[in-house]
Amino acid sequence: MNTALHRLLLLLLLVLPWAAQAGDAADYAKASPAKQARLLESWAAAPAPERLPLIEALRANRVAIDQNKTPFIEENGAYRALEGDAEPVGTPKKLRLNNRLRGLLNTALASHQLFAEDPAQRLAAAKRLQRSGQPEQLELLQQRLDAEDDAAVSEALTLALANLQLTASDPAVRLAAVRLLGETGAPMARVRLENLLADEAETDANVRKAAETSLAQAKRKLLIGELLGQAFSGLSLGSILLLAALGLAITFGLLGVINMAHGEMLMLGAYTTYMVQVLMARLAPEALAFYPLVALPVAFFVTAAIGMALERTVIRHLYGRPLETLLATWGISLILIQLVRVLFGAQNVEVANPGWLSGGLQVLPNLVLPYNRMVIIGFALFVVLLTWLLLNKTRLGLNVRAVTQNRNMAACCGVPTGRIDMMAFGLGSGIAGLGGVALSQIGNVGPDLGQSYIIDSFLVVVLGGVGQLAGSIFAAFGLGIANKILEPQIGAVLGKILILALIILFIQKRPQGLFALKGRVID
Amino acid sequence: MKRRPLIKTTLAASALMLSGLFPFTLQAAETIKVGILHSLSGTMAISETSLKDMALMTIDEINAKGGVLGKQLEPVVVDPASNWPLFAEKGRQLLTQDKVAVTFGCWTSVSRKSVLPVYEELNGLLFYPVQYEGEELSPNVFYTGAAPNQQAIPAVEYLMSEDGGSAERFFLLGTDYVYPRTTNKILRAFLISKGVPESSIEEVYTPFGHSDYQTIVANIKKFAAGGKTAVVSTINGDSNVPFYKELANQGLDATDVPVVAFSVGEEELRGIDTKPLVGHLAAWNYFQSVENPVNEAFVSKWKAYAKAQNLPGADKAVTNDPMEATYVGIHMWAQAVEKAGSTEVDKVRDALAGQTFKAPSGYTLTMDEKNHHLHKPVMIGEVQEDGQFSVVWETESPVRAQPWSPYIPGNDKKPDYAVKSN
Amino acid sequence: MNQPLTLTAAQKAGPKATVTALGLALAVLVAMPLLHLLPAEHALHVSAYTLTLVGKILCYAIVALALDLVWGYAGLLSLGHGLFFALGGYAMGMYLMRQSAGDGLPAFMSFLAWNELPWYWYGTSSFLWAMCLVVLVPGVLAFVFGFFAFRSRIKGVYFSIMTQALTFAGMLLFFRNETGFGGNNGFTDFKTILGFSISAPATRATLFLATVALLAGSLYLGFRLARSKFGRVLTALRDAENRLMFCGYDPRGYKLFIWTLSAVLCGLAGALYVPQVGIINPSEMAPTQSIEAAVWVALGGRSTLIGPLLGAGLVNGMKSWFTVALPEYWLFALGALFIVVTLYLPKGVIGLIKRRGE
Repeated sequence: MNTALHRLLLLLLLVLPWAAQAGDAADYAKASPAKQARLLESWAAAPAPERLPLIEALRANRVAIDQNKTPFIEENGAYRALEGDAEPVGTPKKLRLNNRLRGLLNTALASHQLFAEDPAQRLAAAKRLQRSGQPEQLELLQQRLDAEDDAAVSEALTLALANLQLTASDPAVRLAAVRLLGETGAPMARVRLENLLADEAETDANVRKAAETSLAQAKRKLLIGELLGQAFSGLSLGSILLLAALGLAITFGLLGVINMAHGEMLMLGAYTTYMVQVLMARLAPEALAFYPLVALPVAFFVTAAIGMALERTVIRHLYGRPLETLLATWGISLILIQLVRVLFGAQNVEVANPGWLSGGLQVLPNLVLPYNRMVIIGFALFVVLLTWLLLNKTRLGLNVRAVTQNRNMAACCGVPTGRIDMMAFGLGSGIAGLGGVALSQIGNVGPDLGQSYIIDSFLVVVLGGVGQLAGSIFAAFGLGIANKILEPQIGAVLGKILILALIILFIQKRPQGLFALKGRVID
Repeated sequence: MKRRPLIKTTLAASALMLSGLFPFTLQAAETIKVGILHSLSGTMAISETSLKDMALMTIDEINAKGGVLGKQLEPVVVDPASNWPLFAEKGRQLLTQDKVAVTFGCWTSVSRKSVLPVYEELNGLLFYPVQYEGEELSPNVFYTGAAPNQQAIPAVEYLMSEDGGSAERFFLLGTDYVYPRTTNKILRAFLISKGVPESSIEEVYTPFGHSDYQTIVANIKKFAAGGKTAVVSTINGDSNVPFYKELANQGLDATDVPVVAFSVGEEELRGIDTKPLVGHLAAWNYFQSVENPVNEAFVSKWKAYAKAQNLPGADKAVTNDPMEATYVGIHMWAQAVEKAGSTEVDKVRDALAGQTFKAPSGYTLTMDEKNHHLHKPVMIGEVQEDGQFSVVWETESPVRAQPWSPYIPGNDKKPDYAVKSN
Repeated sequence: MNQPLTLTAAQKAGPKATVTALGLALAVLVAMPLLHLLPAEHALHVSAYTLTLVGKILCYAIVALALDLVWGYAGLLSLGHGLFFALGGYAMGMYLMRQSAGDGLPAFMSFLAWNELPWYWYGTSSFLWAMCLVVLVPGVLAFVFGFFAFRSRIKGVYFSIMTQALTFAGMLLFFRNETGFGGNNGFTDFKTILGFSISAPATRATLFLATVALLAGSLYLGFRLARSKFGRVLTALRDAENRLMFCGYDPRGYKLFIWTLSAVLCGLAGALYVPQVGIINPSEMAPTQSIEAAVWVALGGRSTLIGPLLGAGLVNGMKSWFTVALPEYWLFALGALFIVVTLYLPKGVIGLIKRRGE
């Protein structure tokens, strides 16, 4: 190597540490994790606008250091010095984050964002500080509150401040803070108030009294959130059971096939979703977010086609021997599971929630409704409507009902029973495929996916009354809600056992399920 | 009986014919049979299939270097189909019909408990590569996975440390079976000994295959309002995906409530979108991301093997802790056989004591002189966006296993060496 | 098909052929344990592996037979027979655990830090009481369940799904450590039975002989029942329950008797199964196990008594063989077998044999 260049490098090496020492970034880069944490705490208490890019880069985990511990920011694979204009020596390595630092970074970031132009950003920052504000930030918050002109942000800041003012020396300040906390209904407020009341921490009688009222108020609000949450989770579980069982309600309920391969149709629907996701990531990455929508028709047709093929080749020969369909479909199910295992591997495959199905809607401080679950509830109702329309408003539906009610009579009237059977079985399988798309959004996609839903599906159909779509809907939601009412009381395991016992007892009362077929036919 | 029956039988047949024709070609075909007892179908196939492949790769590797005692190893693969009585049957078959010198296998504790009486009766040798709850020490088993003190306790110590977030409250969540129950029992005793009050520990269990975590995540949130909380998860395989999905969608991220898992590794993360999970933790004795030359060779060898064998998902092949434990176990056995000069179980057992091996984890692992467990380093890894873990904490040196946890009453009377249970 | 198939088969082929075949099979089964007692080097020695494998299959065959009694003759498809089998096994397991624990508590209990036995473990150290439990627990459970189910006239698929729910609930219950049956690990590591080492050849041979005796006894009982008036009423019940009721019969008692009997037989099979395979755990109650039992019956030939035995033997034999010969592809073979049998052999394997006979 050129000696001149060598010298230059040597010089740089000597000068760089000096040049960099001035900045926060360099301080942070050199510090030990414990020191880094203290630095972040001090930054959170005394924000400086020029530090914001550094904190944002740190939070996004884009800060790297080279051999000299000079900090760089990584942008699209290139490195740019955070302070000065140094070039990295060697390949820079990413600075390590851990959960403690991430939490402190969030708080520091929120502190800095209190100065943002955009009120929405200030509001988010204030809300963040309601949860994680530190006593050292008291002064900062007070100061920002005085300077704030947006009403919503002021309100959020007042609340963030109230959390910290519970230990204020002035009883009047404490009293105001206590009153404010009662109105929020945040889970943290309850704990803070409880702590205040416990161990005689609060000495002022007026504040104590106010705290008691506030606590009761907070508890009431939390209870409402909890009950709403339970109702929602019951509905959500019900909608999932319904989607899992609806296809079976047709293949088993209407056609009378004890379809043990139903679970595998769900599984195939989920794997189709996976394939669609992979293909779209490769062919149309810009539209990837909508892959579940594309997967719906694909999954429907794939599983419907497989279902029809099975009907033509195997199940057709077994009508009138319902119990033997159990044996054949069990065989089919074994083959399908192992086929998927050989093709895709025994491990689960990754089906990611797209952006619009991730996260949730914060309704109350203690109630978040996940988007994927809300969409699935809507989707379940949509599929039910679709099925109902198909069965009751179309010629195919009329024929299906005719064939399932009286095969011979229907055949006499010129209904092509063979074709109708095939179509109906295809429809049931297709709907199971749709269910599979929905299930892929909340659970794992693996060869055994179907096995975990098959028992529940049969329970739903039987409890509702075989051959009764409306029954299946009631049974699914009933089971979902009952399950979610029992679970918080006695735990998930005993809850499930109790539900099974209740089903057994219930069938004693109504041996034909919820909605029994009415008729005078007797064998 | 063998991996590629047709090819192998043709080869064997032609070898037989050749040796008949030319009596001088001396016993080149003589092999040492090695049993592989992992479920390839049923519920456990998800985890065990890759261990079977790893075992085959390791055997190929040893064979390529000339085998053991100058003989080639011949793998005998059977499928116990996630059916526990079938494990015992297949174990007996491997020992009495195939006369294998050693068996590598089992994942669940119940499968190990099922074959254990067979191995003790027939004096066989089993290498068990998975972390488990301890409370067992058989002379016929070598445990290359972690005992609770090599995984669970260091993980909780980390959570309580400053870097781990100084957790004060612990939500112990598991699937309702023996491993989580025992681990949580040990953890509870440990936490109480560290001054954590009973009211700050919550234990919740779900049935097998549970997929609806709405109520539980809501409860975690409620519990977490009371102070710095960490979740210790012993949720079993398939239930992890719905749990993590629910966690992310309900807006609970790792900075608020970190989850440390004992059964989630690289292989499990392949089935999960990890972007919302960054920061959640796992405790193991090995991660694929560990940087050292042995591991680099190990990982690239495995990737090449997966591609060459056309394993499903080979383009995304990953290594994980039980795979490393399998790899280490087979090599240690081979070394011990060389040392003993024989495959006889009693001699190999003696030779295994104190055996060392430079493992992909970056440490030289030692088989304990007495208790049939490896001394293993403990590492805490953080989930990254790419489905790998980055190690955030590790022990300074390998930790000796305590199969009989001191946190379970009565264990102080148990001997620290292997004794036959009958 | 108003008459059980075997009866017609037996009538056609003449009782002689059937009796000869059965006698031959029995002779082989009795000879096996005796040959096991020979020294290992002997050419005719039957290995412990073969003996336990066949013993296990024989236990399954008893379950298949018991299921055939209720499904083939009374038309009640139970998808929960695994529960009765497992309960019998657990009762036996309790005794074996007590035997290996000596005076102390079974290992898993001291491990749960329990200091005394739960009430339902009392007396299980006595072999006689354990045997009573083997019969009583499945029997009483089946009786109570059947009493209510038959009173409410639960039939067909509703009955099947109820039994499935029952066994599923049982499995979840036994999975729990706190239930006091060793959680999902169940019971293993048995040492002695009645003071004899459980792995001694003589013990193995005796257990095997007991299984053969139980199988032969159940088969004899099945034949007697099928030929009796009781059997004819049952078949009538299966084919046209309402008509039977119009004739003045009350089907409840008939159903309840055969249902309870079947459960007890399963329990006994479970009790013999446990010491032979060396483990009992809740996976025996998994709904798929019970469905598999139904598959054995259907495969062998429903309502033929002999058929289910063949079915159980065939499926389990194939499973043992395939899992070694084609470890990754055996499920394809098994699945295809089920499909082929239902499509082309509607009367099961026994139907095929019968057709050959003609």
